[in-house]
Amino acid sequence: MTGVGSTEPTNSAGVGFAGAGAGISVRELELDLDAFEGPFDLLLALVLKEELDLRDVDLAGIVATFLERLAEREELDLEACGEFLVLIAALLELKARALFPDENAELAELDPEEAAEELARRLAEYRRAKEAAAWLRERLAAEGDRFFRLGPAPLAPKVETPLAPQDPAQLGAVLRLLATEPPQVSLRHMALNFPPVSQFLERFRAVLRRRSRFDFDTEVRELTRLEQASAFLAVLELRRSGELVLEQAAPFAPIRVLRSAEEKAIPDERTSEWNLRSA
Amino acid sequence: MESPLRLVASHPLDELSRTVEALLVVASAPLSLDELAGAADAHPEQIEEALHLVGERFAEGRSGIVLEHVAGGWAFRAARAEAAACARLFERPAQRNLSQAALETLAIVAYLGPCSRPDIARIRGVAADSAVANLLERGLVAEAGRESGGGAIRYRTTPLFERIFGLESLSELPRLDDVGEDTAAIRERLETVAEKRTA
Repeated sequence: MTGVGSTEPTNSAGVGFAGAGAGISVRELELDLDAFEGPFDLLLALVLKEELDLRDVDLAGIVATFLERLAEREELDLEACGEFLVLIAALLELKARALFPDENAELAELDPEEAAEELARRLAEYRRAKEAAAWLRERLAAEGDRFFRLGPAPLAPKVETPLAPQDPAQLGAVLRLLATEPPQVSLRHMALNFPPVSQFLERFRAVLRRRSRFDFDTEVRELTRLEQASAFLAVLELRRSGELVLEQAAPFAPIRVLRSAEEKAIPDERTSEWNLRSA
Repeated sequence: MESPLRLVASHPLDELSRTVEALLVVASAPLSLDELAGAADAHPEQIEEALHLVGERFAEGRSGIVLEHVAGGWAFRAARAEAAACARLFERPAQRNLSQAALETLAIVAYLGPCSRPDIARIRGVAADSAVANLLERGLVAEAGRESGGGAIRYRTTPLFERIFGLESLSELPRLDDVGEDTAAIRERLETVAEKRTA
């Protein structure tokens, strides 16, 4: 192993190393990650040169790759495991620091004079907190013989809405209004009388017996909207049972209905697409 | 109902003090002067006089019940002399076994509150999560909104804290600025260390 510190893996990056031998070479470990593809030592070098942001690197992916390599071997390569642990630990620490820019980092940016000042201020603050805690402890001991009733928070005072003086006759009038029978609401518009689809099945079958094709829109032009809907359902039904074929040049273009006997072996693309959409 | 003055005049002080006693014995938390005045339908000044009367009657050494001014209000409690008997009958989970960490956290919240867990952690140097959770459970601290911009939840001490520690209000906490000399001493120590390192 080369000298790899827990926080400063600088020395180890990209440098030739001992211990590859027949075992797993940790540094030559081929990685295929979202952010990086190549050997492990190149990744280390890039990270340390700050050309690659560790925050983008999936460290778990590296661990998984290493474990896969490890599993491919019959025996446990302790040397490689040790080296890998040290390197990945260093990377994890670096990544954690990058993810949580902490107080220490802020301190490190200050010059020694300022840093000392800041530390002293913090220590004094903590000291104050400790003294306050000590005071509270003494106080608690001194006041320990005070017993009192404890209960839930007091009930919120209920708000009474003051009522203006009311005239009984006016109240009676309002009540009378409420007591009258409400007007009957007509539900006639809700009763949709769909003509039976079967009626159109027969009708279209008859038409197709006479003609090999017809234009759907022309055929139903005379009908009401509801009847047209039923007619359309009938056409779909017939198409499903294979009795006819539908064609439409474009959305909202006239629908052509063809007798099934004339159906081509492969219906043209547009038709099948339309059929799909209508399904 | 139109003139409260007439109502007050119809409350002789003696009668009002009985009303105050009744309200305090029913209450489970200290009642403020305004709350007492509202409930007794009297002027706060009259309530103050009545409280004075009640306080004379319910004082240590004179009664098993004692009137005290605590947590921004007035409340009855047991006389200190009866603490032993009370302790045999009642537990006090809120203040039992407060750890050093909990007390330090409580002190920080009491002095600097409302403050957030990160604030507390910064001062104590360790995460404050469990200490804060402990104090929340005991009812000694409570949430007090968030830091500006939807930041961390902030905490303050509760009236229960003041009551348990026998404080009329947080302003009764002693000043802690006498540690100023220590700051200088700490600084000097740190500077010596820093010099050694650069040397």
